Amino acid sequence: MSSRPLTLLLLLPALLIGGLFLVGLLFGLAQSLGLFSLVEVGRPTLRFYGQLLRDPDVLRSLGLTLYVSGTATLLATVLGVALALLLRRMARGAGSLRLLVQLPLPVPHLVAALGLALLLAQSGLLARLLHALGLVAAPANFPALVNDRAAVGVIVTYVWKEVPFITLATLAALRAVGDELEQAARNLGASPWQAFRHVTLPLVAPAVLGAAVIVFAYAIGAFEVPLLLGQSFPRSLAVEAYTLYQDVDLAVRPAALALNSLLALLTLAAVPLYVWLLRRTMI
Amino acid sequence: MPRLRWFAILAVVVWTLLPLLPLPLWSFSGGWRWPALLPERWSSRAWAFVLSPEARALPALFTSLALALLVTLLALAAGLPAALALGRTRFRGRALVELLIFAPILVPPLTVAMGVQVLFIRLGLADTLAGVALVHLVFSLPYVVLILASAVAGLSATWEEQARSLGATRWRAFWHVTLPLLRPSLAVAALLAFLVSWSQYALTLLIGGGNVFTLPLLVFAAARGSDPALTAATALLFIAPTLAFLALASRNLDERNGGVGLL
Repeated sequence: MSSRPLTLLLLLPALLIGGLFLVGLLFGLAQSLGLFSLVEVGRPTLRFYGQLLRDPDVLRSLGLTLYVSGTATLLATVLGVALALLLRRMARGAGSLRLLVQLPLPVPHLVAALGLALLLAQSGLLARLLHALGLVAAPANFPALVNDRAAVGVIVTYVWKEVPFITLATLAALRAVGDELEQAARNLGASPWQAFRHVTLPLVAPAVLGAAVIVFAYAIGAFEVPLLLGQSFPRSLAVEAYTLYQDVDLAVRPAALALNSLLALLTLAAVPLYVWLLRRTMI
Repeated sequence: MPRLRWFAILAVVVWTLLPLLPLPLWSFSGGWRWPALLPERWSSRAWAFVLSPEARALPALFTSLALALLVTLLALAAGLPAALALGRTRFRGRALVELLIFAPILVPPLTVAMGVQVLFIRLGLADTLAGVALVHLVFSLPYVVLILASAVAGLSATWEEQARSLGATRWRAFWHVTLPLLRPSLAVAALLAFLVSWSQYALTLLIGGGNVFTLPLLVFAAARGSDPALTAATALLFIAPTLAFLALASRNLDERNGGVGLL
């Protein structure tokens, strides 16, 4: 319908902004190879990557980051889909519950983390509630859920923020799929679970997985939440990279950018998968 | 079975509200020791301080608002044409264009900010509102294109064709027919672009260098202190406009387009 020059013209502003994104990535990559260094002029080198991969602390950070992102994504996806199914089943009150469920969406991660810190700390609101019920005697008896080894506070923050996101994506997909096919399966003798498992679930899967990929990538790269609620060692990759970058010793800056490029690579790998899922999503 | 469902609904309500509940309670507390369930003394001290000139909260609010509105406007201006192209035409290299435009949804802002900082310092864009707006734009744009492209694709082309066959120019058909049909999606796209900029901490910190002092920077500074009442009041000031903005846009927000990128 449109001519080629017009299409290009329409895309131009967005492509320029996308270009800035690419330039940022490439400049980061160049700096991680020791180029544009503020302290020495050198030829490109891979030694900063070598240093990183030999550093056991970095590997611990990587492990922690994958554990936190993986757990948060799994929990948010399962709970989000369950919540979507609950909302679909409800006859009365679905509207107001749906509105309430969306409350975490506009709340920035930073604020969610602060609220959860005040809720989950050892002398926080939850511990006080349990004390009132006679279950916790003193703050020391309440498990450490903030700045803790298992990163419970960080994971709960992500799950709280991301469940509505998965729920909305699932509801949209459920609506696009409709319920005729599930009804047909039921008429042919399938149990409610069989009809859901073998008919509806495969149809909504691309949308749900697309949302889950976003959640996973976000959790890998986010740094406000682990900075506030994570423990000081090992730190998440993003916090580690940021701390190195802000170091007064400029000689460690290429290492920060190498860590950064590693993060970018981890998330960039998910981009083709995401775009593919986006195309298979029926909305 | 119904009892199980009521239990599930109760759990969802508690789960959603409980993490936010400490914020208003703490912001009005004048003393709240263990194991009291509610503050022992109520006080407006934290709010009085946050709203005083000393706290720098109101200038930060203004900077955040100006920045987010600027970013929203630019994201819509660049995103709508791109959405028209992506939603309607098939062309070679389309997959590549999609990859480039949507990649910032997945790649952490921090990685781009660190890369681009050296360049921005050389261009004089570091520590300026324009520079910060530019990097915010990179991460707002994909959500705008995502929402609008799917809206455009869902729009039947026949409406515009009818207008054209009745003698409207291409531009008039777009302005009087297509644009009004896109209005609900434009509202949602604007909401998302605004929220991405409003919530941004890492990008503003690195590219703004503390010179562009927005509300999330203030909230973070408060969180680093040891006054929960002050932290809570600052955090509430930070989310009040987003909740108001959501209420305004919620008419247009349903699960078909809502929350696609509200992260």
